[in-house]
Amino acid sequence: MAVLTGNASSGKTDLQPENYRFLQDCVYKESGIVIDSDKHYLLEARLMPVVKKQQLTSLNDLCNLLRATRTPDLRRQVVEAMTTHETLFFRDPAQYDALRTVLLPQLIEQRRALRSLSFWSAASSSGQEAYSLAMLLREMGLGDWSIRIVGTDLSEQILDRARAGKFLQIEVNRGLPVSYLVKYFNRQGLDWQLKEEVRRMVTFQKLDLRDNLRQLGAFDVVFCRNVLIYFDQQTKKRILEQLRGALAPGGHLLLGGAETGVSAVDWFERVSIGQAVLYRAR
Amino acid sequence: MLKAMVIDDSRAMRMILARTLAELGYEVFQAANGKEAIETLEGAAEGVSLILVDWNMPEMNGLSFVRKLRADQRFHGVKLMMVTTETQVEQMMTALEAGANEYVMKPFTREIIEDKLRLLGVLQ
Ligand SMILES: C[S@@+](CC[C@H](N)C(=O)[O-])C[C@H]1O[C@@H](n2cnc3c(N)ncnc32)[C@H](O)[C@@H]1O
Repeated sequence: MAVLTGNASSGKTDLQPENYRFLQDCVYKESGIVIDSDKHYLLEARLMPVVKKQQLTSLNDLCNLLRATRTPDLRRQVVEAMTTHETLFFRDPAQYDALRTVLLPQLIEQRRALRSLSFWSAASSSGQEAYSLAMLLREMGLGDWSIRIVGTDLSEQILDRARAGKFLQIEVNRGLPVSYLVKYFNRQGLDWQLKEEVRRMVTFQKLDLRDNLRQLGAFDVVFCRNVLIYFDQQTKKRILEQLRGALAPGGHLLLGGAETGVSAVDWFERVSIGQAVLYRAR
Repeated sequence: MLKAMVIDDSRAMRMILARTLAELGYEVFQAANGKEAIETLEGAAEGVSLILVDWNMPEMNGLSFVRKLRADQRFHGVKLMMVTTETQVEQMMTALEAGANEYVMKPFTREIIEDKLRLLGVLQ
């Protein structure tokens, strides 16, 4: 006869401290993401599906398996499970307003002869950021310019979704003006797919932000939003310095709302446009 | 306090949307269909600046309501958002042509409503 013993299977009571540290290290090494030491609940909630998938019973078992095998696939699954991919179209509308009203008109003026512009959505997740920009550029009549938009992320799985340009109803409901939905998407059953004219403006590739970031060339505008928050100061600083190197002279960096206080901005000049804060390469 | 109105024939849906808007700082009025909404707007709910309206309702549906409101100069600046189970592109276009400013497909989350209001520039 089973006895109800409260919360016997909770990760907090079960996960051994050395295994907690092992998982922290594993995720940090693979992604740079820092997991604080009071996130037992989060580890449990995110990793139990991986435990089940491996037909194990506990997080301790998972750690043992990780230690005993070299399969990068399992590490990737762990990192994937611990990663937040949340994103939405036109997240932070003030920044898009700044682009539309000030930054892009300036760039258009400067590049009238060349008719070419380049953008980078670093940590693109499923692509909403890169595609929001692509739609905005079309709205501004730049559809026939030579536009390069690169989206990069650490996760191959999320990049596959981004490349498909296909979104759930709940995703196109969020942040996307309905006028753009009507104009740039095709409905496919319950999903919504971006039209080819928008999809072909963006290319996606795998890139770890801790690697050399100059390999992609120079960009006029770089979005690096809602990802630095997961890193430690040292990693942040190194990435910001590298991002500076990936900007064309006078290029702009767009950070997330929680990241504007980032200290390592010696390489940038803080610029306010309307409600938005941007960082111009010095 | 800014005033908003929720129009839906489902009492539960009205309550959910009204609560969301109240939490966002609005004084919220409710109506069960377009006809009732017009009456309320001309009375107690004068000065409403944001309206969330369902599509399928008895008496006067959401689309007719939007058309009627847009034909009336007094409500010129009111932001109108349809919140409906209708998900066809053609219907969205019809709603936009009629004068709706935004469109939310049911089911929705609080974030979805907030993000749309942010787009409309009415999130306080
Ligand atoms: C919360 S999403 C941000 C998406 C988008 N930029 C936005 O602001 O809406 C964070 C993304 O960063 C990616 N990421 C985490 N660590 C990374 C790393 N070391 N290199 C590149 N991308 C990373 C994750 O895979 C995830 O898709």
